Amino acid sequence: MAIELLDTTVTTVSSGSGVSSAASIAHVKAAGWGKGLSIITRITVMALRHPWQTSFAIGATFIASGFQLMIPQLLGRAIDQAQGIVAGDSSNTDAQDALLVTAILLLAASILRGLFTMVQNYFSEAVGHHIGYELRLACYEKIQRLSFSFHDSVHSGDLITIGLLDLEGVRMYFSTALVRMVLLSVLIGIGAYLLLSTDLLLGLLALSFVPFVGWRSSVAQLRLRATWLDLQERLQVLTRVMEENLGGIRVVRAFAAQDHELTKFDAASRNALELAHQRVGIRVANTSAMNLSFFISMGLVLWVGGSKVIAGEITVGTLASFLTFMTILQMPVRQLGLMVNAFARASTCGARLFGLLDMDIAVKDAPKAPELTITEGRLRFENVGFAYPSAPENPTLNGISFEANRGETIGIVGPPGSGKSTIAHLIPRFYDVDTGRITIDGQNIKDVSLKSLRRSVVVVQQDSFLFTTTIENNIAYGDPWANENRIAKASESAQLHNYVLGLPSSYGTVVGERGVSLSGGQRQRLSIARALMLKPAVMVFDDSTAAIDAATEQRIRSAMRRYASDRVTIVVAHRLSSLMHADKILFVEEGRIVEQGTHDQLLALNGRYRALYDLQIRPDDDILTG
Amino acid sequence: MAEELETERSDIRDDGRRPPRAVVGSHRIEEEIFGKVFDKNIIKRIWAFVEPYQHKVWLAVAAVLAFTAMQLIIPLIIRYAIDHGMQQGARDNVLLYALAAFLIAILINFVASYAQETLVGNVAEDVLFDIRRAMFTHLQRVSLSFMDKTEVGRLMSRLQGDVNSMQEFLETSVLSVGDITLLIGIVAVMLYLDFGLGLLTLSALPVLFVVRLFWLPKARLSFMAAHETNSIASGALAEAIHGVRAVQGMDRQSVNFMLFDDKAKANLRTHLHAARLAQVMVPIVDTLTGIAMALVIVVGGARVLNQALDVGVMVAFLFYIQRFFDPIRSLTLQYSVMQRAMASGQRLTDVLDVPVDIKDKPDATVLSPDMDGSVEFRDVVFGYNPKHPVLKNVSFRVNPGETVALVGPTGSGKSSCMSLIHRFYDVQQGSVLVGGHDVRDLTQESLGRQIAMVLQEPFLFTGSVLENIRYHKTDATREQVIEAAQAVGAHEFIMRMPEGYDSLLGQRGGNLSLGQRQLISFARALVADAKILVLDEATANIDSYTEMLIQKALVKLLEGRTGLVIAHRLATIREADRIIVLQNGELIESGNHTELMRNEKLYSKLYNLNYASFDDIPDEMIEGGEAPALT
Ligand SMILES: Nc1ncnc2c1ncn2[C@@H]1O[C@H](COP(=O)(O)OP(=O)(O)O)[C@@H](O)[C@H]1O
Ligand SMILES: Nc1ncnc2c1ncn2[C@@H]1O[C@H](COP(=O)(O)OP(=O)(O)O)[C@@H](O)[C@H]1O
Ligand SMILES: [Mg+2]
Ligand SMILES: [Mg+2]
Repeated sequence: MAIELLDTTVTTVSSGSGVSSAASIAHVKAAGWGKGLSIITRITVMALRHPWQTSFAIGATFIASGFQLMIPQLLGRAIDQAQGIVAGDSSNTDAQDALLVTAILLLAASILRGLFTMVQNYFSEAVGHHIGYELRLACYEKIQRLSFSFHDSVHSGDLITIGLLDLEGVRMYFSTALVRMVLLSVLIGIGAYLLLSTDLLLGLLALSFVPFVGWRSSVAQLRLRATWLDLQERLQVLTRVMEENLGGIRVVRAFAAQDHELTKFDAASRNALELAHQRVGIRVANTSAMNLSFFISMGLVLWVGGSKVIAGEITVGTLASFLTFMTILQMPVRQLGLMVNAFARASTCGARLFGLLDMDIAVKDAPKAPELTITEGRLRFENVGFAYPSAPENPTLNGISFEANRGETIGIVGPPGSGKSTIAHLIPRFYDVDTGRITIDGQNIKDVSLKSLRRSVVVVQQDSFLFTTTIENNIAYGDPWANENRIAKASESAQLHNYVLGLPSSYGTVVGERGVSLSGGQRQRLSIARALMLKPAVMVFDDSTAAIDAATEQRIRSAMRRYASDRVTIVVAHRLSSLMHADKILFVEEGRIVEQGTHDQLLALNGRYRALYDLQIRPDDDILTG
Repeated sequence: MAEELETERSDIRDDGRRPPRAVVGSHRIEEEIFGKVFDKNIIKRIWAFVEPYQHKVWLAVAAVLAFTAMQLIIPLIIRYAIDHGMQQGARDNVLLYALAAFLIAILINFVASYAQETLVGNVAEDVLFDIRRAMFTHLQRVSLSFMDKTEVGRLMSRLQGDVNSMQEFLETSVLSVGDITLLIGIVAVMLYLDFGLGLLTLSALPVLFVVRLFWLPKARLSFMAAHETNSIASGALAEAIHGVRAVQGMDRQSVNFMLFDDKAKANLRTHLHAARLAQVMVPIVDTLTGIAMALVIVVGGARVLNQALDVGVMVAFLFYIQRFFDPIRSLTLQYSVMQRAMASGQRLTDVLDVPVDIKDKPDATVLSPDMDGSVEFRDVVFGYNPKHPVLKNVSFRVNPGETVALVGPTGSGKSSCMSLIHRFYDVQQGSVLVGGHDVRDLTQESLGRQIAMVLQEPFLFTGSVLENIRYHKTDATREQVIEAAQAVGAHEFIMRMPEGYDSLLGQRGGNLSLGQRQLISFARALVADAKILVLDEATANIDSYTEMLIQKALVKLLEGRTGLVIAHRLATIREADRIIVLQNGELIESGNHTELMRNEKLYSKLYNLNYASFDDIPDEMIEGGEAPALT
């Protein structure tokens, strides 16, 4: 299952070319019933975990359909009584009394049917909502836990589709598919018994549409399943086009590419619309055919039954009860299309949803992993090699080794794509190293619990994500029980405090989606404050001061120097003034450390670092000094 | 202060005394306001989208009516068969006639239901896509100031959720035409068959309306609550997905899970409540059905016994009563769909009505690619909010082929100048000229084609590297793309990717480092082959060495083009033909490096401050003018 999800997500990334969706359709078709069945079973098992509610729902379905079936019988009886057939030659008042009894019975049956239908509907919906609740939690938790490599490979819009639409499809299964099927089977089953025992031929005719409908619906089920998946994929492409257009609106405008974007939109839109039409076609053809077969059976009953009435073999009342029985079936049969659709939807949506829930988490705790215990606060990279899972043959890091002790600052420089951020991401185990190891105080980070590790290592990311909530909540993100004092202190250290105080509702100000209302530099300072709230033994700044001016950065640095002695600080930066005071500077190129040492040592080396330095100090500094 | 900060982290536990300073998902109440049930203006606007398909809609309505008529006729045929075909002494062929009529009725029924569902389904889809397209197209034209203050997520929920509820509305409203006719039809037929009995049966109806009167307000509130908790939970999930890296980095999973559980529980609770309310109506309706049938049996049956009524009529009545309450039930559902649709329709029209401030003039000139490439600001006054000008009387001219650097502290208006050249916004006073034309006289399309921009935030699209670099200039050859990539030093790493230029980028280029993304967006601007190249802090996440390589390449690339550069580093700025210094939206000096140094105004002061980067020097430094050492 895990494979299937990856499969679909990988294919959808390929800008939804027709080929990929065709491939996944074939996939569903090939998987066919067996696969669908195992998913349906799994959802059913989830329902059974609510034994009381499920039994109430199913039990009430049986009882309600029992009363439902009594109604045609009683109606038939009433009709016969009205014609004086039952009463025979007895008096009119007796017949009227008999009618009254039937009417009261009918009323009772109707009321009871209503009550039990209510119980049936309510509990079947309740089961669905409980399943939905459980899946929603499971899905949320899984998405939170799945490692970076997974999230790298999946478009966020696709995950949202799974967590909302697919979940809905599975949730609806119990009430729209399963219970309805039970209802229909009971109605047809008991009804069949009653009808067949009343009149074999007429009963057979009344039920003659059932095999046809059964066959149609299984065929339609498969076709709908395939188109369901396909449509979802095409809609995802459309969503992506719109989302990227709106997110990148400045780029679109800058290139005057509106028409280009509209072309993209139209292509994706047409693609989806075409299939949507096709789906309507399949669905309608299916329901109409089933309806027609139902009415043909009814016609047959009328014909044969009518002849029998004329021949005196049965009464009008019996015929009427046959016909009433069929009207009772009419609604469920009309809904059969919906039911088939619900089955199809549940099994496709379920495949994707369970695919996600069953996904292996790449980075997780070893069994009984102990907590990380910080003693000396020493971080070591030992011959670390790493390749991103999406490009395994192309290692990003090779033989990275260095050591940092508590109180030390390590600077990392290098050209774009050399692997600086990757080094930063390995320390909190966002990815696992392929070769070599990373230790903190001698403990391999793979062996300790993730929770303890991530509380000890904090990375201030290059492009920081801010949550749509107050500044205060954002700063306290990693430590939501922190008191106000600490929040203010952290924000002071990050040189944010004064700015925040100037805002209309100071720390209560809500920052917008992805922090749009803050400037780049303010966003970076906020994420530094957020990191400072934790008490990390290792703190990594991944080029996180690029948008902060040098003077402010210096103030941040001196604010932090007061307790930098408690931790290892790693600074990735392009501005050499940010890292020239580091205890050690690593120059990274193509995933290797090509130079390392202090600022002075590296300058003396006369190598890559020196070249960089010469570019940043001003070639004509002599003018100034002179 | 350090000591305080460093005191033991308050451990994350639910100590029961104080709730955490934490929420998951942001919720905007205004999204959930339910509209009126019926709003003429909105209906009118929606109708405009349906109009192109109106013949199909009318056809569908006709089919619905035919379908409904068959629903009414079939019991009548049965009644006819019973009363005239099955009684003693009935002629044989009456039954056959009845059967023939039945056959015709079910065929019409088949065709009508087929036509109705296909037409309605397809038209609803078409309208859905049309509305979405209209909105999307409109969003391409509205001013950036609107886009600046509107969140992407919110627009997406317009383009998806709201559009979908319009679709639902269209589908159900055609069907409810059928429901209403069925209801009226049944009443009419019953009254026609037997007026007295019909009236008696209908006496159950007022009871239903009274019950509904009490039920509806409660149900409405409850349905609203359920709907609202849904979008709250969805919002929280979306946030978890977008912010997953921050969540894991700060180890917030457990707290978030706890908070999310609250929202999911609330969602469960409101849904169960709504389900309870929806279902109480079932036994009520069934009881009324039972009463109606019992009345027909007792009263009608007695009359049949007295030969005052045909038994077939009684059968037909019983049939009709069973169908009678279906339309009433589905019309109730319709009610909440309508409500939702009106609210959605309101939000959709709000988007469609965002004025397009910046439009081409009817007689706008097409800017020719052979224009000279000059850029001129003439006494430009501009503010995002007209009351607070960001640029105050700025005038300068960039001659064809010149490279000009814009320098000034953060917020001095450099980026705003760049936006004006592209006419992202219109000036309040003065004018901006490109190639000698006022930008307001040019078509936006042709203007955009002649200006290539590299923005600080490198935004890449899903697709291959190649597609991204030749974005919009789809006729660029592979060679041109490679050449551009080589110029900015991106070629090597692109070739190292699994499929070179055809490698697919992750969402927003996630499988590249930030610096690499910047290089690609740089290459994209080069391929655009525009007369004017605008670089707005395009190299912030690139090391100086790579930046220098780019600079060298640029010198060649800028030959014959006009360059406008906002850059951090001194080396770049000094290379420019001319430097324009902005402060607080005013142009305070311009000239080349030597001239400006001689000038001894802001530039030389900034320069002497000795920062590697110019544009972020804080105000107090500029005012104070003391020169702290680089260390
Ligand atoms: N999520 C990812 N998946 C695949 N490859 C990646 C990913 N992130 C980065 N890379 C690649 O790894 C290399 C190093 O990237 P990174 O560490 O981000 O560089 P930088 O030194 O600029 O921070 C680059 O070639 C980049 O393309
Ligand atoms: N989209 C916007 N909406 C409202 N105000 C803005 C917008 N962009 C910039 N500003 C404001 O305009 C002023 C100038 O900003 P900008 O041109 O970006 O300066 P620079 O590029 O020199 O840093 C600043 O005060 C900034 O806050
Ligand atoms: Mg990086
Ligand atoms: Mg700017």
